[in-house]
Amino acid sequence: MIANLGFGALTAAFLVSLYGIGASFYGMRQNKPAWVDSARNGMLLTFPLLTLSALCIIVLLATDHYEVEYVASVTSRSMPMYLKVTALWGGQAGSLVFWSWLMSAFASAVTLRKWERDREFLPWVIVVSLVTLAFFLGLNIFVENPFTRLWQFPSGQVIEKMFQPAASSLFYPRDGQGLNPLLRHPGMVIHPPMLYLGFVAFVIPYSFAIAALVTGRTDDRWIRLTRRWTLWAWMFLSLGLVLGSRWAYDVLGWGGYWGWDPVEIAAFMPWLTGTAFLHSVMIQEKRGMLKQWNMVLIILTYSLVIFGTFLTRSGVLSSVHAFAQSAVGPLFFAFIGLTFIASMSLLFHRWNDLKARAEMTSMLSREALFLLNNLLFIGILMVCFWGVIFPLISELFTGQKVTVGPPFYERANGPLMAGLLLLMAVAPLSAWGHSTIKTLGRAVWKPAVAAVSVVAAVVFSGISNLYAIIGIFLTTFVMAVTLYEFGRGAAARGRRHGENFFLALWELIKRNRRRYGGYIIHLSMAMLAIGIIGIEIFQSETQGSLRQGESLTLGEYSMTYDSLAVFDAPDNRNVARAVVSVSKDGKPVGELYPRRDFFYDSQQPMTIPGVRSTIEDDFYVLLVDWEEISTRSATFKIYHNPLVKWMWLGCWVFIFGTLVAAWPEKESGLAPVLASRKNREAAKA
Amino acid sequence: MLRNFQLTNRQSPITILLLILVSLAIPVTAFAQDADPTAPTDDEVNAIAKEMYCPVCENVPLDVCGTQACADWREEIRMKLAEGWSEDQIKQYFTDRFGDRVLAEPPRQGFNWLVYVVPPIAFLAGVIILIRGVQSWRRIEPVSVGDEPSPQAEEIPADDYVERFEEELRRREQ
Repeated sequence: MIANLGFGALTAAFLVSLYGIGASFYGMRQNKPAWVDSARNGMLLTFPLLTLSALCIIVLLATDHYEVEYVASVTSRSMPMYLKVTALWGGQAGSLVFWSWLMSAFASAVTLRKWERDREFLPWVIVVSLVTLAFFLGLNIFVENPFTRLWQFPSGQVIEKMFQPAASSLFYPRDGQGLNPLLRHPGMVIHPPMLYLGFVAFVIPYSFAIAALVTGRTDDRWIRLTRRWTLWAWMFLSLGLVLGSRWAYDVLGWGGYWGWDPVEIAAFMPWLTGTAFLHSVMIQEKRGMLKQWNMVLIILTYSLVIFGTFLTRSGVLSSVHAFAQSAVGPLFFAFIGLTFIASMSLLFHRWNDLKARAEMTSMLSREALFLLNNLLFIGILMVCFWGVIFPLISELFTGQKVTVGPPFYERANGPLMAGLLLLMAVAPLSAWGHSTIKTLGRAVWKPAVAAVSVVAAVVFSGISNLYAIIGIFLTTFVMAVTLYEFGRGAAARGRRHGENFFLALWELIKRNRRRYGGYIIHLSMAMLAIGIIGIEIFQSETQGSLRQGESLTLGEYSMTYDSLAVFDAPDNRNVARAVVSVSKDGKPVGELYPRRDFFYDSQQPMTIPGVRSTIEDDFYVLLVDWEEISTRSATFKIYHNPLVKWMWLGCWVFIFGTLVAAWPEKESGLAPVLASRKNREAAKA
Repeated sequence: MLRNFQLTNRQSPITILLLILVSLAIPVTAFAQDADPTAPTDDEVNAIAKEMYCPVCENVPLDVCGTQACADWREEIRMKLAEGWSEDQIKQYFTDRFGDRVLAEPPRQGFNWLVYVVPPIAFLAGVIILIRGVQSWRRIEPVSVGDEPSPQAEEIPADDYVERFEEELRRREQ
């Protein structure tokens, strides 16, 4: 009953989407606004329909309806309620519905908010978002139906079908298979939604870009309309990436946070183009340049968003993340190909309308440095994309499967990322239009001296690794420049308005939120870089088998094996939990409890580290093995991860920075501008 | 052996008893070897395992993989080390058996060179495109940007505002 209701709502949403696409097209072609309004109403209707459909899945999940195949595959009786409910995105069919639901919510929000203002774009925005929505809903209805039920024939044979086949009855399994244990973690409850929010939100600026191309309104209006959307999309995608890293660090038990796994990269690639886009649109707004390039970037971002969803969900490139594998791959591939070709054709059609209006006057100007920034982002994208698809290419041409692992990515991306840090330090001090070595040097020398003195202190303290020294110089340089910009701006404002420093700083940020929010994000990126340098260059590890009471030493840390208990937990898993005491420089600093969970239903082990985390370093203990019966001895692997906490702290800072930059402003300031534009247009007419 | 016991503890008591007896009778290599100073240490084993991947657990390096198959591979590395094999010999041994995919990176030979040369070539192409693009922009006649007042300047007067501060600042600093 509930399954039928959910499926009905899903099908209705699909049909309404198709209708909306047609109605909007027809209304625009025949210039019949009533049809466009009807398409908009259709768009708005998909949201309640999909909400209903998603709620049906949630009810089925929460009430143990194991006759529904999806419910049986991702939940089991022993799972707590919050995991049952969030299993909506724990498997493929459910997460596609969740994706569609978000898409519909965002598209509705766009059409609801500024219908009159953006009337020229919105019909096309509706078309683009409904095409995307219809594709995902089509997948759900025809390939990955979350409401498919299990039917049993008198012969005992059980099949999966949406509707009852003749002579069969519903089959009720006693229990479900349960969620993949790696996903039973609070981090995994919020990581996929964040990533999806980011993915889906990037569809909105893409829709506006396509609308701008179709309508021929090729100035920077579409960019200004979607600036905030893009920032929110960027923030959610970044958050999704960081949460995923945190989950890997806490749950996967490999002592690291990022393994250059194809699925991680799949989420990282739209982030790269999205970040490049956020920067290069500023050149278009300020200087009227790079219009074609911005279109390319947002089209790429859209394709990579769909590609990212496809990689996690198709299993073509199986990896630790590719939990859900199915036959949707070719369909995704066709959709990505078609939308990419269609978008690029549209772009070439308008190519000449998008020519730059200004000239590049200096290679040190802000816009020139932004170009370099884009080059580096695209360089990293190339490395990632090539690394991800090369194993497929190799398999196709030589039959030999190869692994492209972390050493490849680190070697290729390291210098590009260092280049980005350098740009982050220099570009904020360069001027738009014209900069020379002299003007730039005058702005840069003070922060540079500060960074050099920090590096001198670091070298003096005994660190001699060249990569570390370069890394520390670049991160401190970024921080010094950014703080210098805040200080300089506030001081100037203070002098002009007679305000004290803090009031001036407050006013400065308040009046230039986009700029200073951006700088706060730069600070957070420097913090992330500090964490990455710490763990990538200074991580150390050792492993040893200890008898009870024996110790293992790593640097200034020492760890003593106290005891180990093996027991069955109520949620159908076997737990081996060790107690180890940790001391630093001979002083006890506490106990840690590394453990190994073994899930009976999925026959899967899971290694949960014991971690002592401080701002200075993390001490990370893994339980590798133990003597079964006596537990007299056990094997531990321990890691010393310096500075890694800076990564997680940096995450809070970038959330703050994005909020500063993207928080909606009062619209009153816009009214006169809109009025003056209307007058202008009226005068032209 | 040890893990087998844990995984199958739903088996009959007799099987379990047998397993216990067997596991007590056979000295477990991992723990027994600690006493032998010439035996390879865990760290030596991990140093090699870190750069390898088993064909089943894709994208999880061998040194941290929790499955029994990977534990067996590590044991095999330990035995080879004890027999005096070098790191390269051990890697070659696994490559011969399971193919190049056990290595963290494709070996630099034949078709695999593509993975290493394409990114730098693409990057160089990007640099060339960028340089040519900049040159073409430099040739553009400075069209008067003011024929349609930029709405940007009206909407966000604040940026202009800071620009003025900076100018003032520069004057003061000179």
